[in-house]
Amino acid sequence: MATLALRDLVKTYDKTEVLHGINLDVADGEFVVFVGPSGCGKSTTLRMIAGLEEVTGGSIEIGGRQVNNLEPKDRDIAMVFQNYAIYPHMSVRKNIGFGLRTAKMSKPDKEARIDEVAAILDMTDLLDRKPNQLSGGQRQRVAIGRAMVRDPAVFLFDEPLSNLDAQLRTQMRLEIKKLHQRVGNTIVFVTHDQVEAMTMADRIVIMKDGHIQQVGTPAEVYHSPANTFVARFIGAPSMNMLPATASGGVLRLDTGSTVDLPARADGPVTLGVRPDDLGLGEGVALVRGKVTVREPLGPETLIYVDTGAGGEVIAKADGRTPPEVGAEVTLNAKPENLHFFDANTGQALT
Amino acid sequence: MAVVEEIRPTSEALLGTKPPRKPANMGQIIRWLLLFIGGIVMVMPIAYMISTSLKWPHEVYNVNLIPEEPTIENYTYVLEDGRFYAWFLNSIVIATVTTICNILFDSLVGYTLCKFRFPGRYIIFIAILSTLMIPTEMLVIPWYLMSQQFGWLDTYWGIMFPGLMTAFGTFLMKQFFETVPDDFIEAARIDGLNELQIWWTVAMPLVKPALAALAIFVFLGNWTAFIWPLIVTNSVEMYTLPVGLSSFGDEADVAWELIMTGAAISTIPTLVVFLIFQRFIIRGVVMAGLKG
Repeated sequence: MATLALRDLVKTYDKTEVLHGINLDVADGEFVVFVGPSGCGKSTTLRMIAGLEEVTGGSIEIGGRQVNNLEPKDRDIAMVFQNYAIYPHMSVRKNIGFGLRTAKMSKPDKEARIDEVAAILDMTDLLDRKPNQLSGGQRQRVAIGRAMVRDPAVFLFDEPLSNLDAQLRTQMRLEIKKLHQRVGNTIVFVTHDQVEAMTMADRIVIMKDGHIQQVGTPAEVYHSPANTFVARFIGAPSMNMLPATASGGVLRLDTGSTVDLPARADGPVTLGVRPDDLGLGEGVALVRGKVTVREPLGPETLIYVDTGAGGEVIAKADGRTPPEVGAEVTLNAKPENLHFFDANTGQALT
Repeated sequence: MAVVEEIRPTSEALLGTKPPRKPANMGQIIRWLLLFIGGIVMVMPIAYMISTSLKWPHEVYNVNLIPEEPTIENYTYVLEDGRFYAWFLNSIVIATVTTICNILFDSLVGYTLCKFRFPGRYIIFIAILSTLMIPTEMLVIPWYLMSQQFGWLDTYWGIMFPGLMTAFGTFLMKQFFETVPDDFIEAARIDGLNELQIWWTVAMPLVKPALAALAIFVFLGNWTAFIWPLIVTNSVEMYTLPVGLSSFGDEADVAWELIMTGAAISTIPTLVVFLIFQRFIIRGVVMAGLKG
C-alpha cells in the first residue's frame, strides 16, 4: 500500500497538450475515481501513472518515490484493463499466476498465492478453465485476480466495468468495493459513468478537457458542485440550469420568479436545481409550465415541463398521482437546495 | 390460420424423418457445375502424376488415365536409388529450417512494426513490402554473386539464405498482430516481462492460425523451389528433390515415369505438413467466430 501524488502533470502529443498540469494527492488505501466525458484525459492520466505513457512534464510519486522514469514493472502497480486483457490461451490459474512469473518466489509459494487470491474472488472451482469458458463477470474477476496476486502498492482500473451488462456491472461494482474494504489497497479507478464514481469512490476527481474540475467526496461533488460542468455531470437526470439576473441580493429568473440570493453577485447568474429537489411540494415557486412528457420510475415519476422562456426543466412528482401531460404546474424548490453559478465563468457563487 | 398451418411441425418432422428435398434451381446447378470443373482442373494433374508413376516407359505418352499394365517398378527403382534419399533429406532440411526461420524472423519483424512506435517505421514497412514487386528471376543474379563472394555456392546455407525471411511473411504477421489488442501487451509489460518474452509468451500464441498458414506457405514454397536451388547447386548430392527429379533421364530421353514417381513420393511430406497445421487454421477460424 502507498500514497500517490501527481504534481503539475502535463501530457503532450506532438504539439497538442492534452493534460494541463494535474495536481492530486491520493492517501494510502484511498479509493479515488477519475470521471469525465470521453477525451477529458482521465485514461491518459491513469496510463501515465502505470508507465504506459511518457510524462511530458511534472512528476508522479508512488509511496514518496518519483517514478517518472521507471518501467511499469518497477512501479509496484497493477492494472485492470477495460477488455480484461486475460490471455485466451492460458487457464485461469496461469492467467492469475502470470504476474508472478518474474517474482522471486518458490513454485509452492506461487501456487499458494494463486489459491489464496482465487479463494478471495470465489474462483477456486474455475482455476482450470480457459477464458472462453467463463462469463463476462468471471473474466473480470480473473483480471482483478491477476492484479491482486502481486499485492501491488496501487491498483489501477481502466473502465473495467464498461463491457458488462447493467446487472453484472452493479454486481461487480459491489464486489470491487467489498474487495477494497477487505484488502485496503490504494485504488485509482477510471470511468465515464458517474453512478460508478458516486457509488464506489472515497473521493471523486472530475475532469474535463485535461483539467481537474473538482476533487471531493461523492457528497461534496453532488451537493456542492464547483461549477456548472460538475453540477450537470454528476447526478442523473442532470441539474436544471435556469437563467437569472442578480441585483441587490435578489435573483430574478427569466420566468419571472424571484429568489433571495445568499451570495454577493450582480448581473447574469445561473440558478441550478436538481430534478430531485424540484417538484410540486413546498418551497419557493421557481417556474411554471406545461407537462410535456412523463417518465414513470415506480416510486416517483419524472416530469418534463416546458416553461416557455426558461426552456424545459425536469422535476420529480409522486409516482402514484403524477400530473397529466398537458397540465399546468408550478414547480417549487427549497432555498437550501438551490445552487448559484456565475453565468459568465460557470463557477459556483459562494 | 393458414400461417399457423404452415409453421406447425408435421408428424414426419417430429419423428425425425428428412423433409422432402427442394428441387435444385438453375443457379445451384451452375454453381455445382463450376465447382465440378474447378475440382477436375485441380485433381487431373495429380491423377496423371500417379497414373504415369504406375506406367511402363513405353506407355508414358498414352493419355489413358488407367495404365494398361500397372507396375510399381518405378517406385522400386526410385526408392532403391541412393540419390533420391539424399535429395529428399536436402529438401526436408532446407524446407524445415527455412520454415522455422520464417516463423521466427517474419513474426519478430511483423510484431516490431505493428506494436512499437519509432521513427521510420512506416518507411521500413513500405520498403519491405516493395520487395514483393521484384520477381525472383531478377534477384537470382545478385544472390548468385553474393553466394560466390561468400563461398556459399553448393551449400545448404546458399540454398536457404534468400528465403530465411520473406516480405510476404512479414506483411502477413504484421496484419495478424494488428488483431492482438495492445492491452495484452501492456498488461504483460506491467507484469514484468521484457519485450522478447512478451512477443514469445503472449503475442505468438495469439497468432497461431497465421503462423500455421505461414508455415504451410513457406514449407510448400521451399519444398517445390526449383530455379534458385538449380542455379546455386553444382554437385548431385546437394540437389533438392525438384532439381534432382528433373535430372532423371538425359537430353535425348526424359524419364517421365520416374519423375512422376519421385513427385508422387515427394507430395507425402507436404500432405503431412498440411495435416499438422491445418487444425490450427481451422481452430483460429472457429475462435474468431466465438469472439465477443
